[in-house]
Amino acid sequence: MSNDMKSNISSQDINSHQDGVIFEKSHSGRSNACQAPRELATSSVIPASLLRKSPPLLPEVSEMQAVRHFTRLSQKNFSIDTHFYPLGSCTMKYNPRACNTLAMLPGFLNYHPLAPVETGQGFMACMYELQEMLKEVTGMKEVSLTPMAGAQGEFAGMAMIRAYHDARGDSARCEVICPDAAHGTNPATAVMCGYKVKEIPTKADGDIDIDALKEAIGPQTAGIMLTNPSTVGVFERRITEIAQIVHDAGGLLYYDGANLNAILGKVRPGDMGFDVIHMNLHKTFSTPHGGGGPGAGPVGVSERLIPFLPVPMVGCDGEQYRWLTKKDRPQSIGQLSAFAGNAGVLMRAYIYARLLGREGMPRIAEYSTLNANYMMVEMQKKGFDLAFPSRRATHEFIVTLKRQAKRLDVSAMDFAKRLLDYGYHAPTTYFPLLVPECFLIEPTETEDKDTLDGFIDAMAKIQHEAETQADMVKAAPYTLPSRRLDDVRAARELDIVWQPNEQG
Amino acid sequence: MPFIPHTKTDVKQMLASIGVSDVETLFDEIPAELRIGTLDKVPAGLNEMEMSRLMHERAAGPQPLCFIGAGAYEHHIPAAIWEIVTRGEFYSAYTPYQAEASQGTLQLIYEYQSMMAHLTGMEASNASLYDGASGLAEAVLMAVRANRKSKSKRILMPATVNPTYRAVAQTIVENQGITLELVDYQLDAGCIDVASLPAEPGDVAAFVIPQPNFFGVLEDVNALTDWAHAHGMLVIATVNPTSLALLTPPGEWGEQGADIVCGEGQPLGVPLAGGGPYFGFMCCNLKHVRQMPGRIVGRTVDADGKPGFALTLQAREQHIRRSKATSNICTNQGLVVAAATIYMALLGAQGLNNVANRSHQNTQSLSEQMSTIDGVTMAFASPNFHECVIKFDGAAADDVLNALMAEGVLGGFNLTNDYPELGEAVLVCATETKTASDITAYRDALSKVMSKLKGGAA
Repeated sequence: MSNDMKSNISSQDINSHQDGVIFEKSHSGRSNACQAPRELATSSVIPASLLRKSPPLLPEVSEMQAVRHFTRLSQKNFSIDTHFYPLGSCTMKYNPRACNTLAMLPGFLNYHPLAPVETGQGFMACMYELQEMLKEVTGMKEVSLTPMAGAQGEFAGMAMIRAYHDARGDSARCEVICPDAAHGTNPATAVMCGYKVKEIPTKADGDIDIDALKEAIGPQTAGIMLTNPSTVGVFERRITEIAQIVHDAGGLLYYDGANLNAILGKVRPGDMGFDVIHMNLHKTFSTPHGGGGPGAGPVGVSERLIPFLPVPMVGCDGEQYRWLTKKDRPQSIGQLSAFAGNAGVLMRAYIYARLLGREGMPRIAEYSTLNANYMMVEMQKKGFDLAFPSRRATHEFIVTLKRQAKRLDVSAMDFAKRLLDYGYHAPTTYFPLLVPECFLIEPTETEDKDTLDGFIDAMAKIQHEAETQADMVKAAPYTLPSRRLDDVRAARELDIVWQPNEQG
Repeated sequence: MPFIPHTKTDVKQMLASIGVSDVETLFDEIPAELRIGTLDKVPAGLNEMEMSRLMHERAAGPQPLCFIGAGAYEHHIPAAIWEIVTRGEFYSAYTPYQAEASQGTLQLIYEYQSMMAHLTGMEASNASLYDGASGLAEAVLMAVRANRKSKSKRILMPATVNPTYRAVAQTIVENQGITLELVDYQLDAGCIDVASLPAEPGDVAAFVIPQPNFFGVLEDVNALTDWAHAHGMLVIATVNPTSLALLTPPGEWGEQGADIVCGEGQPLGVPLAGGGPYFGFMCCNLKHVRQMPGRIVGRTVDADGKPGFALTLQAREQHIRRSKATSNICTNQGLVVAAATIYMALLGAQGLNNVANRSHQNTQSLSEQMSTIDGVTMAFASPNFHECVIKFDGAAADDVLNALMAEGVLGGFNLTNDYPELGEAVLVCATETKTASDITAYRDALSKVMSKLKGGAA
């Protein structure tokens, strides 16, 4: 990359054995005696036909080798702790360290999920209070914490809608309506619950096409899946009217909580007329994204869906907290995990909610909305095109790079990759699918003005680069551990498991 | 204001730039009648010191000696694991959509996939699912898609599979018209009798085989696998990962090996933590990899020809395929998978074998000592891994467990609800974390409790 005179060391020479996968650092016979019990003769109880013939191929490395290897891997990541990460629809806000430290107190970590509740009342109290707080901020009648991710919350929500119609003998409802801008999990979930999906279009101003909704809806409609603020970054203004139309047709409304951060403490899905919602605690309640999980996707419901909520839930009979199971809730859609969901994630969300308190919650909506609107206006001033210029931003907004793609042949993907060189994680690209060459930008409330200004400056610089040296931008990034990766080769010459005979 | 950096000057400048007088104006597209007042039922905010005090109080309390397993196992967790996992670069990163900025997470997942494939004896692994129970449900859905020989939506589900896993699978697959048919077990042996399986089972998509089964008993996996394959079924193995250091990997079961392998990953370096987050692993052979749900990472090269890693086979997934995806799953259990990967790297095959073997032998020792107590018997005489079922004569399991708790011992998982045919039975587990004196302490407590309860009953 560089012909710097100060350095005649090639990148291959720089401690290159530190790269490569951990199997390549392994040496037969190396072990960590400190981490395992002493070797024992194999028990004669187990018949030879059921015993493993040769040991599994796992690395044999020292503790320090492992620590160094994985620490170095961590350094090849962008993260909230190291970079601005304005990934739209993902709410990459600061994850307070206290939430992790306090959720990892030994008393919580050592608590067996099947231990008698008498021995875990402190843990249960946190879960119960979280349920209660989530009810209040969403305006729903009851909450179950158990879904382990947003997508599982969606599943629980649609399964409850189905259980509701089935319980009424209303079995002709076979369709679920989704806007064309919906997140991909929405249609995938509807299908998992045995429904057909009907898509309706979004209008040029970002709102749902209500005429198309009226046309699509009927006695075959089980419900509609909506996100509000929607996936195009605007508040659906006619939500009350939509709720009326759907309810009049006998359908129910599902709320995807992806964008709850934008309205926390300001408006509640329950008041908008939604029957069931899921919340992404890893977004709004700041639990770690962890490189892709674990998340938590609690669900809340209106009165009519209460009997169908997934179990277990936490009940409180007077002084004692206990698990509510199928025995307490015979009409429940059932259990979604072996125990009570991602308890440790719920714990972190609980701690975060208590640190914010009632006065902190609306501030999240306020400052995330302020940040997004400021960025939107400033980017427009720098000459970028907004997808919905007539609208306020919510906690996120969309820039379309259609003009740049057409005129300069520099795509949203190219801008995204070049941003990485400038030290910013790229916004969400190519979602929602209906806006061409889009950037969905969500700064969150925890970023300061200087950071936002820095990002906007970087975008302006990349715009200039695109106009003067398009080829350079199209081959970015240059400063990361990898250049652009060959996705086609990854799929065609599938290498998903390391094998010892390979040349690493 | 907690976690909000804005000064008054910042706010003023930003509002001026936007051209509004106050922040409230930014919400002017929301219908006024929908706006709410204060969230009265949410308590006022606490600072970190106050919150820390509260949480320490809630985490305090008795730490009884725990002999419960039943799907979540207490194992030693090397200190290095969670030190590294909670580094901000892993903890606060997201799904590796921008591969160049996520090589750490991507390579780690590739290494995880490699370790899991080698451990299970299969050719492929995904980046993980939510947990063992929901993973089994996904395996059932996958088997129905993948079994080209069968048009059936019938699945054979042994009663020896964890009852909660069966219930979760039911919740997740029933809306797609899939039926789970129960396969009975031998009451004296605690496992499936291969000879009792029907000669003509009809068209069935898959057979679920647990190893060890929920009772800790070892199934005759080789014969069961061959029987299933002989009748055109796919074999779904649901296994304990620790046990695989000791037991035949599913890829080598019978003549052809299992087709889909899933299970709970928690034993690999993940704390009990009240039930989660854990992770579900899933492996298969390459011929079925395009039917597998969840993220998969592949090794490829970058523009300079240097090895690097990227998400691959994404055409299976919801963000591309929408309603035609293999699953609605959108993430994996990234952070927990990182813990498991570091765990396997630190333990190695020999270390994991020592853990498995010690856990097995501790449970042997526990069951031998229990058998000497009047009114306590072993339910099954079959070989087992690191759990066993004990039965009480003359005392209710519930009463025994409550009395043991008063002695500071969590004596096991009560089986009477799920398996009433076993009588007063409890599933117990002693992993490598239990010392000889822990086991003696349990025996002494049980001995005391039994003589009291039986005496009281007489």
